[in-house]
Amino acid sequence: MEVTEIHRRYWQKTLRLTAVLLAIWFVVTYVMAFFARDLASINFFGWPLSFYIGAQGALIVYCLIIWYYAKRMNELDAEHGVAEEEE
Amino acid sequence: MAGLAPEAGGAAPAGSNKAFKQQLNKVYSWYTGGFLVFIVLLAILEQMGLPRNYIGFIFLLATILLYGGIGVMSRTNDASEYYVAGRRVPAVYNGMATGADWMSAASFIGMAGTLYLTGYGGLAFIMGWTGGYCLVALFLAPYLRKFGQFTIPDFLGARYGGNLARLVGIIIAIVCSFVYVVAQIYGVGLITTRLTGVDFGLGIFLGLGGILVCSFLGGMRAVTWTQVAQYIILIIAYLIPVIWLSVKQTGVPVPQVIYGQQLAKVTEREKQLREDPKEKEVIAIFKARADAATEKLKDVPAAMSADKQAAEKKLADLNEANAPAADIQAAQKALDALPATEADAKKAYTAAKTSNEARARPLAGMPGHATVYAGDPNGDAKAQKTFNESRLNFMALVFCLMVGTAALPHILMRYYTTPSVKEARESVTWSLFFIFLLYFTAPALAVLVKYEVLNNLVGLPFDKLPVWIGNWAKVDPTLLSVADINKDNIFQLGELRIGGDIIVLATPEIGGLPYVISGMVAAGGLAAALSTADGLLLTIANALSHDLYYKMIDPNASTARRVSISKALLLVVALAAAYTAYTVYVTKQADILFLVSAAFSFAAAGFFPALVLGIFWKRATSAGAVLGMIAGFGVTLYYMATNHAWMRTIFGVTQPVDLWYGVLPISAGLFGVPVGFAVIILVSLFTPAPKAEIQELIEHVRYPRITGDINTQAT
Repeated sequence: MEVTEIHRRYWQKTLRLTAVLLAIWFVVTYVMAFFARDLASINFFGWPLSFYIGAQGALIVYCLIIWYYAKRMNELDAEHGVAEEEE
Repeated sequence: MAGLAPEAGGAAPAGSNKAFKQQLNKVYSWYTGGFLVFIVLLAILEQMGLPRNYIGFIFLLATILLYGGIGVMSRTNDASEYYVAGRRVPAVYNGMATGADWMSAASFIGMAGTLYLTGYGGLAFIMGWTGGYCLVALFLAPYLRKFGQFTIPDFLGARYGGNLARLVGIIIAIVCSFVYVVAQIYGVGLITTRLTGVDFGLGIFLGLGGILVCSFLGGMRAVTWTQVAQYIILIIAYLIPVIWLSVKQTGVPVPQVIYGQQLAKVTEREKQLREDPKEKEVIAIFKARADAATEKLKDVPAAMSADKQAAEKKLADLNEANAPAADIQAAQKALDALPATEADAKKAYTAAKTSNEARARPLAGMPGHATVYAGDPNGDAKAQKTFNESRLNFMALVFCLMVGTAALPHILMRYYTTPSVKEARESVTWSLFFIFLLYFTAPALAVLVKYEVLNNLVGLPFDKLPVWIGNWAKVDPTLLSVADINKDNIFQLGELRIGGDIIVLATPEIGGLPYVISGMVAAGGLAAALSTADGLLLTIANALSHDLYYKMIDPNASTARRVSISKALLLVVALAAAYTAYTVYVTKQADILFLVSAAFSFAAAGFFPALVLGIFWKRATSAGAVLGMIAGFGVTLYYMATNHAWMRTIFGVTQPVDLWYGVLPISAGLFGVPVGFAVIILVSLFTPAPKAEIQELIEHVRYPRITGDINTQAT
């Protein structure tokens, strides 16, 4: 198996993307939950902000994280020539 | 239904994936249309006078026959078809199947009820059971697909070279899947009983028939196509009543967008009810009852004889006054029901004390719906402690549910079934999208139902209460009961006792929908429970037949033999799970929500560290992984066994409860996961690095395509 410089760069980029998306996931989930009591007084279209984040906001961000990851990784595959051959 | 046949044909030749997907689109569009027509037909029949329990029976039989039919048409003995549905499930359909596989009876029936009862606190389930898919997508799904074998122990066995890692994996997979499947079968029993009025035991076995005919005949292939069908039913069944309720209350058919204003009204109303003198009257009565029980506990024998005297006197008085026979009978019954031994009496008084104390609180013991955490960060030391523990427990539960999601074998296994790594990634997106549709509706459902109860029910005279209350109270008084506690003939919130499991099932009636919609919702709950049970049973049977028998005991076994052993095991495991569920029902011992959450903590602590480090850290060694899995799982089990009431009785623990940082046993994985990671890392650093071929395997799973690649795909 030939792991070339291109592969190493591909893997670095994968790790960076994973880390950034994981950080967003962490902030939306735990940082927001930690400060939830303080955010509750903010009104967001009728919801207290912390309730909205827990009930919808975080879920939407999760969907976007996964969607963006799939899109970006599929692009990275193509750019670095590691995409699977179409069957 | 005949349209489903083409997909049940032989393996598709390469290049036909697109045509296959178009075929699927056509089949499932017809199927969805057919389901809607079926509902409309039943609705018409109902208007013409078809009795209610007939509707229940028709729903039960029609859906189980449908799932069975798909099972028969997808029957197979081919290993790749049986274990991974031939690896040609398009991303969207794998997403739907994962959605159904994922959403269990707990999601469909229990979650909105939990949200109704606990408000913001219940959102831990919403976030935890969706956010975990981020971990699945980023850390596991694409890599497992590239690895491309059949089970999760397969990966552990290959990566950590040896049967020991595989064996530990098998044990953990079986423990968490079995705990989980018992909860599902329990749910199946409850729904069939309510839908048709048959006995619980019979209900379980009817449902079991539906599960088995499917997974038994066609393995993963049949389960996949059934799960897609089940997803369609369950999502329609969940959305229709909520949309209806939303239109009724607000005039807007998109509940998810509009319920913020209903939440504000609920919060306003809660404020009024807290100050309401009538509610306070009810609370005072419960308080007095709790105090009386406390008093009795001080001297149990004296209280017993006093109770007996009082009951005898009442009976004698009634006899003397020539009271109606029914009253006398009731008094006699009350006398007979008095506890006979001191131990029984103590138990009864303690139970009376706790249940009355629980009800002697504002809003029937529910926290304010939008109130974030208990306690007060700016209050006295006690209030601060309560606040900090409440927040920590919320975050700990979210953590365990998320990591557990990314470690449950029946979910991860699904990503072996897509045609490529690319599709595996996209498939996670679809999975979460389909799950999201239900999960962002559940909080809306809870708020709308609460609005209905607080604003439209509370304050009604007792004889004006809607019929559904009486109907459900008759089905199971432990789930719903009303009693005029302060005898003012007006219904107060404190006079309602409601169990979470009833909220979703009763929503159609609360919204005033015809009974056919209630039947549909029950069928949706059944679909949710059956689809999850299918996936779990398959996981257990595969762990035993593929991993234990084929990989460890008899590697020369023929494909046909492996598949038939798997089928036989499926039957045994299903019966064992049904038997356990029945015992749980009869003894009323375990707590279902606890069972499900325990499965998450076990999976999280047992699998997640070993799987993730296996892909992202080449240095992780076999010894490290084995010890790490055992340590993570062990710590979790220890924490639960020493701190959870029911587990304590099972393991015979007598030492006092000792919570670490006040974390509840439901979130034991909070300690198990870091221990798992730490042990793997430490032990790996002290043991020799893995061999070159293992390193090669890691490179292999990291790159979707690489020159000179090895092939690990099992066929």
